Amino acid sequence: MFTVNWEAFTPYPALFGGLLIGLSAVMLILLTGRVAGISGIVGGLLKPQHGEFLWRLSFVLGMAAAPWLYQAVVGSFEFESPRGTVALVVAGLLVGYGTRLGSGCTSGHGVCGLSRLSLRSLIATGVFMVTGFVVASMLMHVI
Amino acid sequence: MKNNMRFAVASGLAGLVFGWGLIISGMANPAKVIGFLDLSMPWDPSLMFVMGGAIALGLPGFFLAKRLKNSLMGLPMNLPTNTHVDKKLLLGAALFGAGWGIGGFCPGPAVVAAASLATDGLIFIAAMLAGMFVFSVRNR
Repeated sequence: MFTVNWEAFTPYPALFGGLLIGLSAVMLILLTGRVAGISGIVGGLLKPQHGEFLWRLSFVLGMAAAPWLYQAVVGSFEFESPRGTVALVVAGLLVGYGTRLGSGCTSGHGVCGLSRLSLRSLIATGVFMVTGFVVASMLMHVI
Repeated sequence: MKNNMRFAVASGLAGLVFGWGLIISGMANPAKVIGFLDLSMPWDPSLMFVMGGAIALGLPGFFLAKRLKNSLMGLPMNLPTNTHVDKKLLLGAALFGAGWGIGGFCPGPAVVAAASLATDGLIFIAAMLAGMFVFSVRNR
């Protein structure tokens, strides 16, 4: 039966964090003219293009500094990874290959694409959300 | 400062803000993500608010961006131009969604978790980079 886990419900931090993600995407597009799509940024580092390498490296380093600065300034944050190693490897391969094949992930299609009112990104977002819900909901019942 | 240096500093700052957004929102916590995606367990709807908050700022930001010829730093506005809905888009999104549902990581949180040296983050990002590498070899 479908129930809501109200004890785990954290709408305010989720909304505030979401505003920061939006702020970052808006900063990047308005200041530099580049789209904050993380799979594209990371993938672009593996396949460097002239003039498009340094900003991508810098963006990833900024993200990498985030947990360290957060711990130094605010404190620890919750991190719990419930899946085993084999599941993580399979998941990583699917996410890496799938985001490149589909030209985007939660940030590129989900945040930036929907904000641009792109139908292509809306469809991609619908597909990865539905597959994510179906796979996560079935996983523990089929293996 | 030289223009390419200002470009890198601005994008580094954006990366930092993005990472903080992932951490504060709970997106960087795979257990939270799975609590959102797994409807067979008592459901945690929190992460809907992440998308809502991001798009609330993204809508006016990109509305403005579409009307600018160049970015505020004078760089060309590189907005995506592809509008085709094809098999690659649908299959890629489906594979990504499946991997997201299995692991609880999408690419941004993977970078944050790997950078904080969490073992599972390192395992996931190694596999993710391998998946990206396989794609670029197959599509050379």
